[in-house]
Amino acid sequence: MSFKELKFTATLYGLEKLIRIKAKRYPSYARHLATKDITAQVKLKDNTAGRYYIFKNGNVTSKSGIHPNPDVCMAFEDVEVAARILKPGRNLLDFINAGKNFQLAIQGADDQVMWFLETLNQLFTLGLEYGTDMGKGVKRYTSNTNGGPVFVYVKDGKIIRITPIEFDEKDARPWTITARGKNFTPPRKTTVSPYTLAWKSMVYSPDRLLYPLKRVDFDPHGNRNPQNRGISGYERISWDEALDIVASEIKRVKREYGPGAIMNGSGSHHTWGNLGYWLSTRLRFFNSVGFTPITHNPDSWEGWYWGAVHHWGHTMRLGGAETYGTVEDLLKNCEMVVFWSSDPEATSGVYGAHEGTIRRQWLKELGIKMVHIDPYYNHTAAWLGGKWLAPKPGTDSALALAIAYVWITENLYDQEYVATRTEGFEKWKDYILGKEDGIPKTPEWQEEETGVPARDVRALAREWGKKKTYLVAGGIIGFGGACRTATGTQWARAMVCLMAMQGLGKPGVNMGCLQQGTPVNTKFYFPGYAEGGLSGDLEGTAMAVSLYQRMPQLPTVNTVYQRVPRLKIPEAILEGRCIGYPTDSKTIEGQFLKYEYPAPGYPKVKMYYKYGGSHFGTMVDTNRYARAYRSEELEFVVNQSIWFEGEARFADIILPACTSFERWDIGEFANCGGYINHSYTQCNHRVIVLQHKCIEPLGESKSDYQIFLELAKRLGLAIPYSEGMTELDWCKRMFDASDLPQYITWKEFLKKGYFVVPNPPEELRDPVAYRWYAEDRPKDTPEISPLPADYTEEYGKGLQTQSGKIEFECSSLKRFDPDDPERPVICKYLPAWEGPHTTELYKKYPLQLISPHPRYSFHTMGDGKGSFINEIEDHRVQIDGHYYWVIRINPEDAGARGIKNNDLVKVYNDRGEVICAAQVTARVRPGTVHAYESSALYEPLGEPGNSADRGGCVNILTPSRMIIKKSHGMAANSCLVEVSKWEGEK
Amino acid sequence: MTKRYYLIYDLAKCIGCHNCLMACKDEHVDNEWPGYTLPQPRHGHKWINIHRIERGQYPHIDVKYIARLCRHCDDAPCIKAAGGAIYKRPDGIVMIDPGKARGKKELTAACPYGMILWNEEREVPQKCTLCAHLIDQGWQKTRCVQACPTGALRLEKLTKEEMEHMINEEKLEVLDPGHDTSPGVYYKNLYLYNKCFISGSVAVEIEGKTECADGAKVILRQGQEEIAATTADCFGDFKFDALPRNSGLYIIEILFDGCEKKIIELELKNSLNVGTVFLT
Repeated sequence: MSFKELKFTATLYGLEKLIRIKAKRYPSYARHLATKDITAQVKLKDNTAGRYYIFKNGNVTSKSGIHPNPDVCMAFEDVEVAARILKPGRNLLDFINAGKNFQLAIQGADDQVMWFLETLNQLFTLGLEYGTDMGKGVKRYTSNTNGGPVFVYVKDGKIIRITPIEFDEKDARPWTITARGKNFTPPRKTTVSPYTLAWKSMVYSPDRLLYPLKRVDFDPHGNRNPQNRGISGYERISWDEALDIVASEIKRVKREYGPGAIMNGSGSHHTWGNLGYWLSTRLRFFNSVGFTPITHNPDSWEGWYWGAVHHWGHTMRLGGAETYGTVEDLLKNCEMVVFWSSDPEATSGVYGAHEGTIRRQWLKELGIKMVHIDPYYNHTAAWLGGKWLAPKPGTDSALALAIAYVWITENLYDQEYVATRTEGFEKWKDYILGKEDGIPKTPEWQEEETGVPARDVRALAREWGKKKTYLVAGGIIGFGGACRTATGTQWARAMVCLMAMQGLGKPGVNMGCLQQGTPVNTKFYFPGYAEGGLSGDLEGTAMAVSLYQRMPQLPTVNTVYQRVPRLKIPEAILEGRCIGYPTDSKTIEGQFLKYEYPAPGYPKVKMYYKYGGSHFGTMVDTNRYARAYRSEELEFVVNQSIWFEGEARFADIILPACTSFERWDIGEFANCGGYINHSYTQCNHRVIVLQHKCIEPLGESKSDYQIFLELAKRLGLAIPYSEGMTELDWCKRMFDASDLPQYITWKEFLKKGYFVVPNPPEELRDPVAYRWYAEDRPKDTPEISPLPADYTEEYGKGLQTQSGKIEFECSSLKRFDPDDPERPVICKYLPAWEGPHTTELYKKYPLQLISPHPRYSFHTMGDGKGSFINEIEDHRVQIDGHYYWVIRINPEDAGARGIKNNDLVKVYNDRGEVICAAQVTARVRPGTVHAYESSALYEPLGEPGNSADRGGCVNILTPSRMIIKKSHGMAANSCLVEVSKWEGEK
Repeated sequence: MTKRYYLIYDLAKCIGCHNCLMACKDEHVDNEWPGYTLPQPRHGHKWINIHRIERGQYPHIDVKYIARLCRHCDDAPCIKAAGGAIYKRPDGIVMIDPGKARGKKELTAACPYGMILWNEEREVPQKCTLCAHLIDQGWQKTRCVQACPTGALRLEKLTKEEMEHMINEEKLEVLDPGHDTSPGVYYKNLYLYNKCFISGSVAVEIEGKTECADGAKVILRQGQEEIAATTADCFGDFKFDALPRNSGLYIIEILFDGCEKKIIELELKNSLNVGTVFLT
């Protein structure tokens, strides 16, 4: 026997002893051992060496040799492979390679194999301590949310308190920016969004799904009654029954139609954590099963992605801007900030809690001038002050063109920059001056469209032309309600063109409002959720860039090419066909590649596995979705949800998921990765959090990971799905994959729960966005986009456009469809296809409804479900015991309709009716009404999909027409409605 | 010198995020703090109540918030009314004894500020405790103060003299001073709530186009007395703030190079946007 063989034999012998010792020391492990009686063999494939373990009645014994009929068998190719895999602190890549190269084979029933692997893996994790003892039986854990990281105080297995994180003495020091003789340093703590502080009420919500449910009149073996979805009640069933039904339906649908008949998608957001987010666990499972994915519309980015991209590229940011170093540049050099359709105090950038708020206090302190352009006197304007200009919704691009007109005619733009750093200006200039169509785009011309006085536009243009100005278009660079109007592409395009005229990238001339671009360390690697977590998905996530190399895992591939655009789910179901355009962050032309449903050779969708937040409040014309659910075309609907709300009420089987406080995860504050590269520069400190499993899952609920694992076991997929790992094992793998181990041990990190990334010294801070571009130098900002092939001349020189410059006349559009009336090659003003110019409709529905992202909730999180957030009067108003969604209406419009504050009103158009509580306010310009989108509740008063909603889904009213035909994007803010007093149910 | 706790709320710093209310509910709903307070009901109770304030008319408006909570008065009417069920701690915090106050719904009427609320389920009056249970454990901040992102809410522990100094220094005021209860809650920039403004825009005709009268001189008079003077900004906008409501007749004089002086008379009741004034 060679030394290696001897070592193998000794290791196997030692394993039994180790299991016994640990079972003696850790009661939890002893309890685990008692849950199964199995025989597990570990051996070399050629049977020359091996040992089998007999687990019985909680005890383990073992024997050398080969068992004739073990329940589980783990076989190594040879002793070399075994030595690599069995050594403590093994390299995970060795493990993955052994599996992929068939050098390690594991056989047995999935649940027994998983049990054996968990038995082995637990040997490494037992006894690890986590959380901080606070005395009197209280333990303080850490978690992370979409609105900031938190301490979670737990007593007797129950959450008693959730607070922001205040740093201790050991945590990294903050940065300081010196500007105009002042020092600016953020406080050593994290901030949180209001819905984050409401999490306790959502965990212990009366609407929590605590056990699996089956619709009472759904019989998988008989009458399925699809027409009763959304109407019938539910009955409790066991997990086994629920999982058996879902697994057998998956098999049946694949057998009868193929995997393409299974459809799955997600909301735009999920509970926080790199493992639990919608791009991770969910994809790993569905890629393993095969499915028709629901492709996301570029939700919130519409105009930027379908429009601005063609002027300056930035597809990796879906058309948004670079943001590096802008906090320091703004504080030092900027004289005026123009907030255009930008309300960071409501939207927190995204995931940014109140980090930017702290910095915007400095704007006030420095006395920097501010202008706010928004039909709604938004929260940022209300707090910071400054001039408010309120264009009619969807007319912003007319205002922008008039600004350009003033700059051109009064010579208030950077002619040298335009001449050397841009292309195609002359053509646009001719259009602005009216040489192309005979209409000079004067301030007076725009007044007709926008309602903003010409003199105000002239004053703004002159001020802007003379002062070093930052433009913040949208709450971060990208976003903004104006980009979600019928003319949203033109608005976003105009924003780029205006900045190109002012010398984008020169000191004090850039994009932002201190929301992004803090001088934190962008060189420290920790993945964002869009890097795919444990998905193994190299195509549908950003995993291939960094994470895959750092966190080896089995790749997963969906073999189904068919897709359904999220905004066309109802058409796919009800009409059986639709078209879509991709959201492709790789390259500009990706968005032109039209696809059709059904794809050639693929079946139509028969099974819908819904997961995460409801679409009723977040997509458009959403009565369509309710109607689609009730179609016979859908043979089976399963919904995996935390709460009984929204779309969950339309499922045949409901699987109860737990919250992120009830499972393990790991994630960084505001780090989404992917399409907002380095998005954590919204934060004052980079804070990476080990999201402790603070409490046990409520009732019978399970984590998404566990639910999919249970299904995987029934499909023989448990090992490829889980790699034999628990969620905590995956957390450790992600910790190891990051730069954290260079600074903190796993043991310390697990115990303390968070790490504050040290900041770079001043001389190593990121360069300012676009400074390289303005000065015609190679790109020096730390992002890998554009990809090498998208540079025209030399790598790193210029932008992603064909010319490498900002293009006033877009070469990509000239190539694709130069005559597209909806998306001309230069930015033009095109009246909205739903608005004041649609005369007949406007007569019938004379109010323009805007429905921005909510301030107090986040998508459907925080709203409804007995959440504390409902107590906020600007969120919902309680009238006769019901919490109504709020619609804001100008006193003039309210008066004309006899509407008073807190009256219940019916908001309606041809698409539907929503009952809201009126808030009479001068914050909206006359003719416009404002109600947030994202109600979690959908409460039809009659037939679902065809009656008034009392839940507050104003997206029932918004148009389903694509922002431009050749796109997949919504224009929810081009929506005509009428409002009248509601007299109750008739 | 004995020190007591004071809560200070700055209207100019408050962004209306309601984190304070959320933190308060997080701390008190479903949690009983024995010796301090019973759990707060999930819905209905707002121990700190944030109210939106709107002043002016479109498009010259402003929107701020006012926080209302137990004032932890030094001369608290509730204590007088409670017969021992409500007491004052040496650190200034006014506490309701949940045992002694049980069933005493009438105590909700004892607070002139309306900040004592009735817990129907537990049959007990309740209110803000200034997180006394946490303070006694060594916390430096109440939950609402900790959750406030801008420092609009501050907790201070000061002697009477130190507080008086701060009141002068920062121009702090009490809300609803008429009740004369020596509150421990002070307000900064309270004019944003209890005073009003006069605003307007000035426009002129230049070379056939209407332009904003950047730099127009605007004087506010009451009778012959000049109250304030300002200069219109680049949008021609002017604003006089912190004027008392219902303060009678005012005269606005607007002067701009090459134009006739314009005089506007008005009676001020509440914040008023006089609209656009065209000079010729």
